[in-house]
Amino acid sequence: MRPVYLDNNATTRVDPRVVSAMTPFFTEQFGNASSMHAFGSEVGAALKRARQQLQTLLGAEFDHEIVYTGSGTEADNTVLLSALETQPGRDEIVTSTVEHPAVLALCQWLQKNRGIKVHYTPVDSRGRLDIEAYRKALGPKTAIASIMWANNETGTIFPVEQLADLAHDAGALFHTDAVQAVGKVPMDLKTSEIDMLSLSGHKLHAPKGIGALYVRRGVRLRPLLRGGHQERGRRASTENVPGIVGLGVAAELALEHMHEEQTRVAALRDRLEKGLLQRIGNAFVTGDAENRLPNTSNIAFEFIEGEGILLLLNKEGIACSSGSACTSGSLEPSHVLRAMKVPYTAAHGAIRFSLSRDNADEDVDQVLAVMPEIVEKLRSLSPFWKSSEKATFAPTYA
Amino acid sequence: MWDYSDKVKEYFYNPKNAGVLEDANAVGDVGAIACGDALRLMLKVDPETEVIREAKFQTFGCGSAIASSSALTELIVGKTITEALELTNQDIADFLGGLPPEKMHCSVMGYEALRAAIANFKGDTWHDDHEEGALLCKCFGADEGMVERAIRVNKLTTMEQVTQFTKAVGSCGTCVESVEAVLVKVNAQMVEAGELDAALAFDPARAALPQRRDRVKSSPLAAPKKEMTLLQRIRLIEGAIEELRPYLKADGGDCELVDVDGDRVLVRLSGACVGCQAATVTIGGIQERLAAKIGRPLRVIPVPTGH
Repeated sequence: MRPVYLDNNATTRVDPRVVSAMTPFFTEQFGNASSMHAFGSEVGAALKRARQQLQTLLGAEFDHEIVYTGSGTEADNTVLLSALETQPGRDEIVTSTVEHPAVLALCQWLQKNRGIKVHYTPVDSRGRLDIEAYRKALGPKTAIASIMWANNETGTIFPVEQLADLAHDAGALFHTDAVQAVGKVPMDLKTSEIDMLSLSGHKLHAPKGIGALYVRRGVRLRPLLRGGHQERGRRASTENVPGIVGLGVAAELALEHMHEEQTRVAALRDRLEKGLLQRIGNAFVTGDAENRLPNTSNIAFEFIEGEGILLLLNKEGIACSSGSACTSGSLEPSHVLRAMKVPYTAAHGAIRFSLSRDNADEDVDQVLAVMPEIVEKLRSLSPFWKSSEKATFAPTYA
Repeated sequence: MWDYSDKVKEYFYNPKNAGVLEDANAVGDVGAIACGDALRLMLKVDPETEVIREAKFQTFGCGSAIASSSALTELIVGKTITEALELTNQDIADFLGGLPPEKMHCSVMGYEALRAAIANFKGDTWHDDHEEGALLCKCFGADEGMVERAIRVNKLTTMEQVTQFTKAVGSCGTCVESVEAVLVKVNAQMVEAGELDAALAFDPARAALPQRRDRVKSSPLAAPKKEMTLLQRIRLIEGAIEELRPYLKADGGDCELVDVDGDRVLVRLSGACVGCQAATVTIGGIQERLAAKIGRPLRVIPVPTGH
């Protein structure tokens, strides 16, 4: 049986077309784009082409609004530090409680070591941002508001266009970590108020180690890395040419498959979700079911712990991930589910299924075939599960 | 993915003694769902002989928590409660062929559940985590008594180890100072009681200092060193082994120099080192340390005891 990979929010398979586009840049076209010879100039042209491919996917007005980085995390770090550096009078950040650690951990560090005030906008039980709290947190001291486009754990999509508008009303910059959204939802940045956006290659079938930062023309940026004139001085480092070429092709393919992502992949996800909820009681979907990435489903199975589920699924050749404490090195349960006040009885048993265009009907069938038994087995081991009681289809929490 | 031993996997996939034990006369509940793991241990103890006849468990937790619970039941059936109380969490981990360091707290949970169940059998009230001493780590409900016991039983001397065994400080980190204070206090008591070498005890002042690497600096441009005499080398090697012995002794082992033959250093491991799975790691560590002292690569070869 073929392995079933349903952990595409963690990382995706590099598309074979991306690999073949990259290969020549390891073998023949190995030049440094900064060099004054033919090896260099051919590479320079490839970087330009990739930039345009990414520009098209994002709907950016200019290709030079794209700055390549080593990762989404690097893009996020660059943005926040730059916003504070370029606006000396403004020393507050507005973000949310459910951001990726690339933003949250940096904010906590800035609070502790730089005396920056950070406002963490709360979310409701469905993971929706408290817009009123966000609006109130913005003010003349706000350097930047940074809210993710879509949440990596639940897939919940935030109204970033509206949030960017509100930030500009307060005279603050707006950044969005769109690592999970790019390639899955259509974007047209040239008509939006968004100032900056982070993305990561390996979430859209490009390799790991390449990311990008969109910086709207006219927005001042201070580099994180100094040392060279690459990326117009906005990110010194010899360009990761094969990675950039790969990201460009991946962007083009993402645009090509966007409709499929919104229809076929979404339908697969829905069938998986409905099928599981029909077969297994005391389980519910976390996050905002209406405004959600087409590929993500996060289901909390009450009274059991996620790592056990993952290990048993893994034995059946199925890969997905969990927000449970035990699966991360940190011992800490998912901050996203805790922010949504999902009770511990369910938060520890939350499983994230994240699909991609690589998935097929049979993948869903396989999960539906094995999952009920796995949940039943673990529940029979759980001291919180009363075997006398039948599973209820109205979970304790919903 | 965690690096679980085959035995852990086996006990997770097919746990023995899982489920409810009807008419158990000793029940221990530890952990809390908020912490991500909880264990209910149910025993049938013969009131006459105090022998544990049957044991079953229910666990909410990760793979290693389920495996540790199951291992515990296997270890205690047939033992008297006095014998069972001699078991430590390390015995559970050993039974399972070892646990990843981050998962040692699973074995501690088993150890605590056993104490709770036996207290229940004797009619004592088991003081749960949260009531025994101050609650140090709110994130994982680790109280002072539990942290103290884990430090004592496992001879913990670093904060990292304390987190691995008890989870304390593993989350928000707010309790780091109070846990450090407990570690200092318990280590000092252990030194006084002769259970711990003073040199190994946790010292916060020292822990904060950057550690200088114990490495011989050499440059290809430096003047060639005069070759050491055999006697000089043996003395250096002996000295280095002497420095290491307290660490080995802390784990119940020991090491002595047998011979030096060119670049080969023959040593004899004894005590707990014999047959220990970590012996190859120990040998590797000794080798690295000796090479650093001598300033050139050498091989450390263990010779069997009795040679």
